[in-house]
Amino acid sequence: MIANRLQKIGHQTLNSVSGFGRAGLMLFGALLGKPDFRRGIPLLIKQLYVIGVLSLMIILVSGLFIGMVLALQGYTVLVKFGAEGMLGPLVSLSLLRELGPVVTALLFAGRAGSALTAEIGLMKATEQLSGMEMMAVDPLRRIIAPRFWAGVIAMPLLALIFNAVGILGGHLVGVEWLGVDAGSYWSAMQANVDLYQDVLNGVIKSIVFALIVIWIALHKGFDAVPTSEGISRATTQTVVTASLAVLGFDFVLTALMFGG
Amino acid sequence: MTARKIEILVGAFIVLACAAFLMLALKVANTGFGGSSQTYTLYAQFDNIGGLKVRSPVKVGGVTVGRVSNIELDRVSYSPVVSLEINADYSNFPETSSVAILTSGLLGEQYIGLLPGFVDDTVLMLGNGDTIEDTRSAIVLEELIGQFLFNRGN
Repeated sequence: MIANRLQKIGHQTLNSVSGFGRAGLMLFGALLGKPDFRRGIPLLIKQLYVIGVLSLMIILVSGLFIGMVLALQGYTVLVKFGAEGMLGPLVSLSLLRELGPVVTALLFAGRAGSALTAEIGLMKATEQLSGMEMMAVDPLRRIIAPRFWAGVIAMPLLALIFNAVGILGGHLVGVEWLGVDAGSYWSAMQANVDLYQDVLNGVIKSIVFALIVIWIALHKGFDAVPTSEGISRATTQTVVTASLAVLGFDFVLTALMFGG
Repeated sequence: MTARKIEILVGAFIVLACAAFLMLALKVANTGFGGSSQTYTLYAQFDNIGGLKVRSPVKVGGVTVGRVSNIELDRVSYSPVVSLEINADYSNFPETSSVAILTSGLLGEQYIGLLPGFVDDTVLMLGNGDTIEDTRSAIVLEELIGQFLFNRGN
């Protein structure tokens, strides 16, 4: 009885450890080695288009609406204290420090991460990856590496766009609609936002989130059971695991950056 | 979708992201690049700095001329010493100048108000590393209320 329980725990532990090991080996094989820029750059640009440009619309729209909602909700509280002049710092700091990187990562996991997992999982199921190996093309270098770099490059850029659009959305609601003074909106923001403390820490956060999300997405796809059910499960797992990992790491990073 | 079209769209994406970063840096954080102007450092010793923080502004008549670059406790007198990084464009403050820790609004953030002093033949100008002698500490609201209540009791 006890031995069965122990065996179950041991089995799960070994499974998750070997999962980490496979994920590490995949990344190791994809990224290590002499970079081949002549062949790598066109692949990277293609993936930047698929991962970055095609995610632009959802990022723009959600950034605009999140900025607008922040301004609307912040205003109702701040106006009670006669502090509606602090609407600018409220919107910009919450976007730059938290919402920009986190919401971008969540949307990115849903929009690009799931697509990557499904794509690679299907490549595996239809034995395209094995076919490449047969032709002496390393699928890790050819398939995984460009997608990885494209994700790591695209997501911080998407987060920056998200922040900028959100702050403009806050301006739209706060200044144009609710009548906060435009001068105090921007000047209070400029007085309270620091380039290194707030903007660049947000960028660092989103680079970390990009690494997490893209790594999980690629690994789940590469490791998927090559059946239709396996691919659907891998896709779900990508979104769930990546979202949870992003939220967990967000707490750690926030505690490290702003907790002290 | 031809390769050329994809490349153009990726290029537009990167340009858009750079524009967003520039907007965040210049318009939101109000940080200029490159032209990080020359500064010089003055010191001032206070009894109590209240809620003053590093990067709080130093203002002369409401105009920001510098920022607090460091706050530390003097090892001998156990009173806080504040380092002020003043823009070199404003370099002619006489040594009779005084600094006070002021609050913008009733509950706003605290800043350092620098009041230039008089100038005559015997007064020197403050230079890099000099200490401003005439300082007024922050008004701590709780102490003020406490004093008020105490006086009423009498």
